[in-house]
Amino acid sequence: MRREPPQRLGDYGPLFFPAGMLTLFFVVPFATMIAVSFFQRQQGGFYTPAFVLDNYARFLSLFFGKVLGFSLFLAVAVAIACVVVGVPFTYLLARSSRKTQIAWLVALLSILSLSEVMIGFAWSTLFSRTAGITNLFVWLGLMSQAQALTPSFGAVMTAMAYQAFPYTVLVLYPALVRLDPTLSEAARTLGASPAKAFFTVVVPALRNTILATLIMVFIFALGSYLLPQLLGRPQHWTLSVLITDQAIYQSNMPFAAAMAVFLVLVSLALVGLAVYAGRQKEAK
Amino acid sequence: MSGLILEHVTKQFGTFTAVNDVSLAVADGSFVCLLGPSGCGKTTLMRMIAGLDLPTGGSIRLSGADITQVPTHRRDLGMVFQSLALFPHLTVGENIAYSLRIRGADKDAQKKRVDELLAMIHLPGFADRSVNKLSGGQRQRVAIARALAISPKLFLLDEPLSALDAKLREAMQVELRQLQQRLGITTIVVTHDQREAMTMADTVVVMNGGEIRQAAAPVDIYRRPADSFVADFIGQTNLLPFETDSTGRAAVLGTSIEGLAPLTGPEKGLLSVRPEDVQLAPAGNGLIPGTVTFVRDLGGTIETFVEAGGQQVIAVSSPRNRPAVHVGQTVGIKLDPATSVVLAK
Repeated sequence: MRREPPQRLGDYGPLFFPAGMLTLFFVVPFATMIAVSFFQRQQGGFYTPAFVLDNYARFLSLFFGKVLGFSLFLAVAVAIACVVVGVPFTYLLARSSRKTQIAWLVALLSILSLSEVMIGFAWSTLFSRTAGITNLFVWLGLMSQAQALTPSFGAVMTAMAYQAFPYTVLVLYPALVRLDPTLSEAARTLGASPAKAFFTVVVPALRNTILATLIMVFIFALGSYLLPQLLGRPQHWTLSVLITDQAIYQSNMPFAAAMAVFLVLVSLALVGLAVYAGRQKEAK
Repeated sequence: MSGLILEHVTKQFGTFTAVNDVSLAVADGSFVCLLGPSGCGKTTLMRMIAGLDLPTGGSIRLSGADITQVPTHRRDLGMVFQSLALFPHLTVGENIAYSLRIRGADKDAQKKRVDELLAMIHLPGFADRSVNKLSGGQRQRVAIARALAISPKLFLLDEPLSALDAKLREAMQVELRQLQQRLGITTIVVTHDQREAMTMADTVVVMNGGEIRQAAAPVDIYRRPADSFVADFIGQTNLLPFETDSTGRAAVLGTSIEGLAPLTGPEKGLLSVRPEDVQLAPAGNGLIPGTVTFVRDLGGTIETFVEAGGQQVIAVSSPRNRPAVHVGQTVGIKLDPATSVVLAK
C-alpha cells in the first residue's frame, strides 16, 4: 500500500468526526471546568464569572494536601498490587490451554459488567462480621471469633484492586501472548531456574507493557470515589470523594473544579515522570 | 561410558506418539544431524535432550550420568533456538554473558570471556550494541556465542540457520562445522535441510514418524540408504520396482538386469538408482526401453526425464557427457548394478 501525506483538505476528512466528538465531549467540558475553577462562588449554590484564585488558595492547606497525598498513595498501591498479581497470573494464563484461557477471560470480563456500587456492597458483605469470610475462618479453626474487616484501608485496597484487575489482565494479555516462549526456555538452557528466568528475562522484556499497565491502573484507581466511602473510614477518603462532596452536596462547583484540575495536573505530571524514567532506562 | 546415550526414548502427547522408542549413541566430540520432514519428531527429541520436554519412557545419559529427569538449568548445555531467542532488553555482551552472570561469575571474568567469544565469532567490539540492530547473520553468531559461553558438554541447535538467506546459510554451515571441529564439542543439530546435514555432520540421523530410519555417515546415507523413505528423502532418486524370477534373476520394468547385488530376500522390491548413475544409450542391447519426455538444461547439469513402463526415470549428466537425445526419442536406460541399492518394498 502506498502512503503519502494528505494533499488537500478533503484528505483529512476521516479525521473530522473523531476530532469533533473529542472537542464536543472532552475539550469543551474540560475547558468549562478550568473556567469554572476561577469563578466566584455565590452562597446558595451558584457562581458568577470572575477570575479569582480563592478556590486554589483554599486548596493549599495541610488537610487537602494530606488527602491528595493519600489519593496518590492509594492509586499507586492499587496499581502495584494489580501488576504484581497480574503479571504472573497472565503469564501462566497465556501459556495454558485455549479452554482454560477462555474460561478465565470470560470470568474476568464479567467483572467489568458489575457496577462500582455492586462491587462495593458485595465486598462490604464479605468483610462484615455477621455474614463475612471471617465466619469461614472460624469454621476452619483459623480464627476464634468472627470480626468485621471493614471499614479499613485493606478493605478499600482489596475492592479497588478487584475492580482494576480485569483491566490489568486485558492490557497485559496481548503482550504476554505475543512474547516468544523460547525466551524463557533459552534462559533455562543457559542455567536459569524457571523462577529466575521469569524475573531476569520475561519481566525485563515486558518493561514497557508493565509501565503502561501501571499508569493505566493508577489513573483508573485515582477516579474511584464510591469504594473508599463504602469500605473505608473518613481518613481513607480520596480527593475524588471530596470533589464529589463539594460538587454535589456542598454545591461549591468552583472549588470542586479547582480540585479536579489540580488532580489532573498532578496525575499528568506523575505519568510524564514515569514515561520519562522509562525512556531514560531504555536509552542507557 | 561417555558421550550422549539415548535408550528407548519415547514421548507421547495424549494418544499421539511424537517419538517412538528411539535409541542412539552420540560419541564425545561428534557432530550429529537429526534430519527429517516436519512433524517427524526430531525437534521433540532435541527438546527431551535439552530437558525442555520430559520423555514418557526410556532414559537419557550424558557422560555416564542419567539426566532423564534433571531440569534443564542443571544440564550444562548450550542451545541455539530456531527463533534465536536473543534477549531483546540486553546488549550483545550482556546476552553472551547471561549464563556466566546466572552462575555468579565476577565481572572481569565475564568481560574476558565475552571478548574471547566475540573474537571467535568475528564480531569484536560488538559488546555494547543492541541485539535489535544486528543483521540476521550477526544475530545468528551472537546466539551461538551465547550458547557456548560456559563451554557446555553438549551443544544443541534447533533449525539454527533456517532464517538466513541461501548464500549466508551455506557459508554459516561451513563456519559452524569448522568451529565445532576446533572446539571438539559434542553437537546435535536439528534440520530439515539435507544439504545442511550432509555438509556438517559426522553422523546423519534420518527420522520419520517419530522413529529413526537410519543413522550413518552422510556418504553411507546417500550411497546405501536403508529403506525407500531414506533413499527418497536424501537427494533425488529413482525408485524402480523389480521382481526376481525362480532362478534369482532380477527384472526391472520387465527387462532383466545382470549383476545386481545378491538377492536372497525379497522376491519383489524397489531398486534405488541415483539419477547420476542412470545412463542413456541407443535403444536395444537388452536395455530398458523408454521415451524421452522432457529435458531440463540447468547449465551445470542436464536432467533428462524418461518414461519407461509407466514409470518416470530421471537421468542427470554433466554438460561434458550431454546425451544426444530429444523429446519423443526412444532410448535405452542403462543401470549400473554396482551403484543400485535393493530395498525392501
